Amino acid sequence: MNKIFKQTLLAAVASTVVVAAQAETTMIIVSWGGAYTKSQQRAYHQPYMDANPGIIIVNDDSSSEGASKLRAQVEAGNVTWDLLDAEAPNAITLCDEGLVEEINFDEDLAPAPDGTSATEDFGKSLISDCFIPQIAYSTTLGYRSDIYDVAPTKMADVFDLKNFPGKRSLEKRPDPNLEWALIADGVDPKDVYKVLDTPEGVDRAFAKLDTIKDQVVWWTKGSQPMQLLADGEVAFGSAYNGRLFEAIEVNKQPIKMLWDGQALQLDGWVVPKGAPNKAEVMKYLRFATDTQRLADQAKYISYGPLRASSAPMVGKHADLGIDMAPHMPTAPENMAGAIFYDFEWWADNKDDLAERFESWLAKN
Amino acid sequence: MANAEVETEVITTADGVPLKQALKKALWERKKTALLLVAPLFLFVMITFLIPIFDMLIRSVDNSIAGEQFPTVIEELGDWDLNSSEIPGEETFQALVKDFKAGAKAKTISRLGRRLNYEMSGMSGLFRKTARKIKKLEPPENATEAMIAIDKKWGKIETWRVIKRESGRYTSSYYLSSLDAEKKSDGSFGMKSEDRRVYMNLFWRTIRLSFTITFLTILLGYPIAYLLSTVKTKTSNMLIILVLLPFWTSLLVRTSSWIALLQKEGVINDILVGVGLLSDDNRLAMIHNETGTIVAMTHILLPFMVLPLFSVMKTIPPSWVRAARSMGATPFTAFVRVYLPNTVAGIGAGGILVFILAIGYYITPALVGGTTGTLISNFIAYHVSTSLNWGLAAALGTILLLLVLALYILYDKVVGINNMKLG
Repeated sequence: MNKIFKQTLLAAVASTVVVAAQAETTMIIVSWGGAYTKSQQRAYHQPYMDANPGIIIVNDDSSSEGASKLRAQVEAGNVTWDLLDAEAPNAITLCDEGLVEEINFDEDLAPAPDGTSATEDFGKSLISDCFIPQIAYSTTLGYRSDIYDVAPTKMADVFDLKNFPGKRSLEKRPDPNLEWALIADGVDPKDVYKVLDTPEGVDRAFAKLDTIKDQVVWWTKGSQPMQLLADGEVAFGSAYNGRLFEAIEVNKQPIKMLWDGQALQLDGWVVPKGAPNKAEVMKYLRFATDTQRLADQAKYISYGPLRASSAPMVGKHADLGIDMAPHMPTAPENMAGAIFYDFEWWADNKDDLAERFESWLAKN
Repeated sequence: MANAEVETEVITTADGVPLKQALKKALWERKKTALLLVAPLFLFVMITFLIPIFDMLIRSVDNSIAGEQFPTVIEELGDWDLNSSEIPGEETFQALVKDFKAGAKAKTISRLGRRLNYEMSGMSGLFRKTARKIKKLEPPENATEAMIAIDKKWGKIETWRVIKRESGRYTSSYYLSSLDAEKKSDGSFGMKSEDRRVYMNLFWRTIRLSFTITFLTILLGYPIAYLLSTVKTKTSNMLIILVLLPFWTSLLVRTSSWIALLQKEGVINDILVGVGLLSDDNRLAMIHNETGTIVAMTHILLPFMVLPLFSVMKTIPPSWVRAARSMGATPFTAFVRVYLPNTVAGIGAGGILVFILAIGYYITPALVGGTTGTLISNFIAYHVSTSLNWGLAAALGTILLLLVLALYILYDKVVGINNMKLG
């Protein structure tokens, strides 16, 4: 017994020593999972780990509940995340509530290769003191190409049960469903937020959603609508444009997509206040948000890099060899019917509308 | 007389200690050991169960955030009347500027905005906007005008009524919300407007579905348990594995398999269309609705009904029913008058187990329930992890807890808890 005990103890001590000698830093990076995390892994996680042997990056796919889980971590006084990939409105809220660190853009981030400062390079997409914009993505619509005789051509078709019957999938949150409902109801896309800012406008949007409510399957994670479309469980529905690209071009599924009505959103990094490895994270961020890395990411997924200097470097897809520029949501020809997301408006109104949306959903 | 003397004489042990005392000491020693043995369990239950429940009860009424963020404002509002028709005076606005500046600097003020938003929509936006602008505001001469210039809502009486009403250390508003009620701006209570009512409907749905599921498990489980208890031991051991096998399979796996079976393009619909019972356009919607929740939960909770029933049925000698039959009872009478009454203990045990598990279920309804098949626990989870309205989640949880206790007491009164037999 005694001998075994000693051996166990020795082994335990030895393994501790080995771990200590390597001095590994494990960074938990929270993102969206699926094709998106894969593109991040290939464009900057893996290259960074290769260049810095002591660093281990662990992916956590909780971004869809990122803001609330981070709030919970801060309120409980136990922050375990190092970096969070968040959408712009959530980033603004988190910044307002002091749950994420402020960023000194020119100091913390790399300048463009020609020396342009980071602030200038990111330009308009710098919408908050805490948010490092990474990509522009859009929530848009996809449909099964083998179901309808006449294919849908515009966003409003998703509200047209007569010509396009069957179940459709929409994201289980108020945005951009409310915007879509109003535009489909005849509101000029330019005035959407003006109308939505009035109680009557909100009622009008919900009334429009009522017309298709019993035909909607609601999704919460980016992978779900793709599964629903692939199974033929829904024929039509909203999804992220990058996921649609993957299903159509990479997996060659009988799915097509619409650019009309695409809701352009920004996505990027925030550093949680009290992140366990902040110094390491800042070093990593400088690398992961430089011009080359942003352009690289576009090789793996069809989201538009937000540095002006990255745009011309967007090339061909890494595996398929097709030109990626026309698949970017920011490509001029895709922008005709785009909705420009009003981040400030959503930051101010999200709580109210989310509550209203949930009670609307719970009603039969 | 002699007897009385014997009684008063104290019996002692060999070393002179009164026997009673010695006995007490010995018993105490044993009790101490017993207590030490239960201590880990007691501590465990305390830390993981009782304290969190207590914490939940506190959270459902806690409103300390108002005092933390608005200390001076609340003090100034002390003598302002809730039913006053005029907004508070300049001193209150000076206090507002002061508290807001401090809160905006610490970046905590918008948390109070979020809290007040539960009472009146638009407060969150108001606080966020004010916090953005207040940093640039020089200490103003006329704070009233300065604040109203930032947002005219500061000049509205409703804003101040909400702040005043929710300025206490404790609040009842989470419980009111849980019951779809609210305090009106004049202080009276009333139901919320139709489009904001959610929870009463959900509580009712949760109870209704839980009863349906319990009833279905009895209906399905009774014959299975009967079969198990009447066949040979060897066969019944085999069969019981079939009951337990799904019990040992991960909950998520079982739920996901129901998705594969029930969905529009799923196995069951394919078969029904294949044999011509359904046309391709009329596939049944069996998932993402109430049906999905009932089917999947009945299956998942079935073992909790079968096992107690089986253990009770096992103890009923087959000769009883035979005796009834031999005395002229029809099979039906023999079953109703002799067999069934003897299994009530098992039905009660299984029923209460299934019902209580069902009333708090949330993973399965979340996956297969769509919007019409979700239960109250899904909303508790939503408020815990997504909307982060922990106060409301706590209030809903407390009401659910009370509901279960009430039904338990009702059960005890009607059936009697002592009749329950878990095996």
